[in-house]
Amino acid sequence: MSIDRRKFMKVSGLTALALAGGKGINVLAQEDSTSVAAPKTGSFETPLTAKRWAMVCDLSKCREKEGCDVCIKACHERHNVPDFGNPKDEIKWIWKEHFEHAFHGQEHEYITDEIRHTNVPLLCNHCDNPPCTRVCPTEATWKRESDGIVMMDWHRCIGCRYCVVACPYGSRSFNWRDPRPHIEKIDESFPTRTRGVVEKCTFCEERLAKGLLPACVEACPAKALAFGDLEDPESEVRALLREHFTIRRRPELGTAPEIFYIV
Amino acid sequence: MIEKALSGNKQYWGWIALLVTTIAVAAYTYIRYQYQIGLGITGLSRDVTWGFYIAQFTFMVGVAASAVMVVLPYYLHNYKEFGKITILGEFIAVASVIMCMTFIFVDMGQPFRITNVFLYPSPHSLMFWDTVVLFGYLVLNVLISRVTLTAERKGIAPPGWIKPIIILSIPWAFSIHTVTAFLYSGLAARPFWLTAILAPRFLASAFATGPALLILLVLILRKFTKFDAGREPVQKLAIIATYAMAVNVFFVLMEVFTAIYSNIPEHMAHFQYLFVGIEGHATYVGWMWTSVILAVVSLILLFNPKTRRNESILVVACIAVVLSLWIDKGLAMVIAGFVPTVLGHVVDYIPTLPELLISLGIYAMGALLVTVFYKMTLSVRHQLRTEGYK
Amino acid sequence: MYDSGKVIIGVLVFLALLLFPVWYNLASGEATTQGPELAKPVKGEACVLETAYMRSNHMDLLDDWRERVVRNGERIFAAPDGQHFEMSLTNTCLDCHADKEKFCDECHTFMAVDPYCWDCHIVPETPTRQEVTYVN
Repeated sequence: MSIDRRKFMKVSGLTALALAGGKGINVLAQEDSTSVAAPKTGSFETPLTAKRWAMVCDLSKCREKEGCDVCIKACHERHNVPDFGNPKDEIKWIWKEHFEHAFHGQEHEYITDEIRHTNVPLLCNHCDNPPCTRVCPTEATWKRESDGIVMMDWHRCIGCRYCVVACPYGSRSFNWRDPRPHIEKIDESFPTRTRGVVEKCTFCEERLAKGLLPACVEACPAKALAFGDLEDPESEVRALLREHFTIRRRPELGTAPEIFYIV
Repeated sequence: MIEKALSGNKQYWGWIALLVTTIAVAAYTYIRYQYQIGLGITGLSRDVTWGFYIAQFTFMVGVAASAVMVVLPYYLHNYKEFGKITILGEFIAVASVIMCMTFIFVDMGQPFRITNVFLYPSPHSLMFWDTVVLFGYLVLNVLISRVTLTAERKGIAPPGWIKPIIILSIPWAFSIHTVTAFLYSGLAARPFWLTAILAPRFLASAFATGPALLILLVLILRKFTKFDAGREPVQKLAIIATYAMAVNVFFVLMEVFTAIYSNIPEHMAHFQYLFVGIEGHATYVGWMWTSVILAVVSLILLFNPKTRRNESILVVACIAVVLSLWIDKGLAMVIAGFVPTVLGHVVDYIPTLPELLISLGIYAMGALLVTVFYKMTLSVRHQLRTEGYK
Repeated sequence: MYDSGKVIIGVLVFLALLLFPVWYNLASGEATTQGPELAKPVKGEACVLETAYMRSNHMDLLDDWRERVVRNGERIFAAPDGQHFEMSLTNTCLDCHADKEKFCDECHTFMAVDPYCWDCHIVPETPTRQEVTYVN
C-alpha cells in the first residue's frame, strides 16, 4: 500500500505529471540519502544492522553498584514510559527482579548470598520463537525477519492483552489508563502511547536505525550489557558466549530467548 | 414477529423494566467511566491481565455450546420429547453468543479497532479462530431458530434445506468451546491451563450448566406463563446434567491428581492458591470450597432417583450445579491462571464495583434477549392453540 | 395522487430535517464558503510532496509512512524533487508546520474530522510558534 509512483500520479493529477516530466518521481528510491532532514542524534546513513540481535548481561558487573537503576531510567526516559507509582497500573520496559523471580524455579536454599541478592535486569527476550506474536490476532506484534526484533505496532493493537498472557517472562505491559499525565518529562522525538494498548522493549530499534546502541546498553556505567549480532562469530556477544557459561530464562519452554546472563 | 414481544401483563413489563434499567446503568458505567478512563477502573493489573469479563465470556461460551444438548437428541436421534424446548435451547445459544461478544468488547483496550481482527486475519492466533467460530455459531442459530419458528407459526414443516444446517450446528457447538479452551491450553507460560483435558473439561461443565439452566427456565415458564414443556423433557435434561456434572468433577479430580502427585511446584501452586491460599493470599479459598460443596450436593441430589424426580428438589440441584460451575469457570479458572505470576509473585485480583456492574448489565442484556425470544415463541404457540393455523 | 398536499408537506419536512446540518450551520454563520486560514510553515522551501496533493491526501501519505516505518523498518522518504526526509510526523512535518493549532487543527475543525494522531505523537513545544504568519 505504499504511495508509489503510479498512485501518486493518479491522485495528484496533471501537476504531478508535469513535475514527473521535469525531475522524475523518485518516491521509492532509498539508496542515496544525501540530505536527510535533521535527525537529532545519530544518522540514518549509518544504521546498525544484524541478522539476529542479542544481548549478554554480565551480572557480576551489574551487581557492582547496589541499587543501580541507570539503565531503567535511560530506557524509560527515552521511550516516554510513564510512572504510575503503583504496581497495578505499572508499565516497564526494563526492570530488576531478585534472582529467585528472574530465574523462577532455579533458586535453592543454599545458593550464595551474592546471587540470592542479585537484582537481575529483565526486559523483552526478543525470543527467536516468540509465543506473544503467535497469539496476536491482528499482527500488531511480530518478529522482524531481518534482525529478529519482536516489534510492536501501537496503531494496530486492539488491547486484547493475549500477548501479555502468553509471555512467560512478564515483559509486556498494558496501558490501563492514559499514560501522558504520568510521564515526568516527555521526550519529543518519541511518541507516547495511548490508553488501551500493550507496550514493551523494542531493543531500541528506532536508535539502531540511526546507528545508536540501545539506551540501556549505552547508559550502563558498569558496561554490564553487551549487544550484538548472534549470527556474527566476531561479535562481542559471541565472544562473551564463548568465554562464559551463560543461562537464559525459561529455556525449557522452547521460546529461545535472545538475552543471555552471565551469573 | 417482534411485535409479539410488545404485549404482556404487568409482571412481564415490570421484568422488562428491571432489565432495561440494569442495562442502562451498565451502559452508563461503561461509556462515562470505563471508556473515558480505561480498563484501569477494573481490578485488573499488570499481573492479572484477564479477569471477570473474560471469565464470564468463557462461562457463557459454555452455555451457548450447551444448546447442542437439546438439538442433538431431537434432530439426530429424533427424540420427540425435546420438540417443544429445542427452540428454547437455540434461543439461549443466540443470547449467550451475543453476551460473549459483548464481554469481549468491554474487555478490549481499543474496542473500536476490533475490525483489525478481520482486516489483518491471523490464522496463527486462536483468538482469530474463536472470533470466526463464534460469529459462525451466532449466524447458524439465528437462522435455524428463525426458520423453524416461522415454519411453526405457519403450521408447516421446516424447509428441507435447514436440516443440513442444523446438523452442521452440532459439531459447530463443540468447536466453539473447544477453540475457547485452546485459547488457554496452548500457552506454555501458564501451567494451570496447559492441560490437554481443558477442552473436554470445558465441554463437560458446559453440558452440565446448560441443561441445568434450561430446566430452571422451563420451570419458571411453567410457573409464570401458560407454557408447560411437560415432565419428561425436564427429567431427560436432568439426566444429561447429572452425567455431565459427574464427568466434569471427574476431570477436575484428574487435574488435581496430576498437579499434586507429580509434585511440580509451578503446577501445584495454582491449586494451592485456589484451595488453601499462598502466603496469606486466600481470596478465593472460600469460593472454591463452596463450589466443591455445591458440586457434591448437586451430584447426590441428581443421582438419587427419588430426589431427581421431585421437581422442587431438582430445582435446588440445578441451582447448585450452575453456581458450582460458575465459581469454577466464571471466577476461578481464569484468575488462577495468573496467580502465582510467571515470575512467582502472588498478587490478588478482586473485581471492582464498576466491573461487576458492567458484567451485570451484560447478563441483563442476555436475560432481556431470552425473555423477548421466549415471549415471541410462546405467543406464536398460544395463537396456534387458540386460533389455529393462519 | 391522493392527499398530495399532505405528501408534499411531508416530503418538505423530511428534506428540512435531512438538511438540518446544512441550514443550521448556514444560519448560525458557522459555515462559510471560505476555507480555513492555515499557518505558513516556519521553514523549508517545499513540502515533501506537492501542496495540492498534500492538502487533499496527506492522510494517505502519513498512513503510508506509518506502515513503512513501523512495519518495514524504512525511515527515509525520497521526495520527487530529490530531497530526503525522515518519515516522521513529529520530527519532519511539525518541524516546518510548527503551529499545529493553526495548521492541523484549523482545517480538521473546519472539516469536522478528529484524527487521533496526537494521542501518542507529540506536538513539539517550539519557540518559533509566535513568529508564524498567516495566509490571507
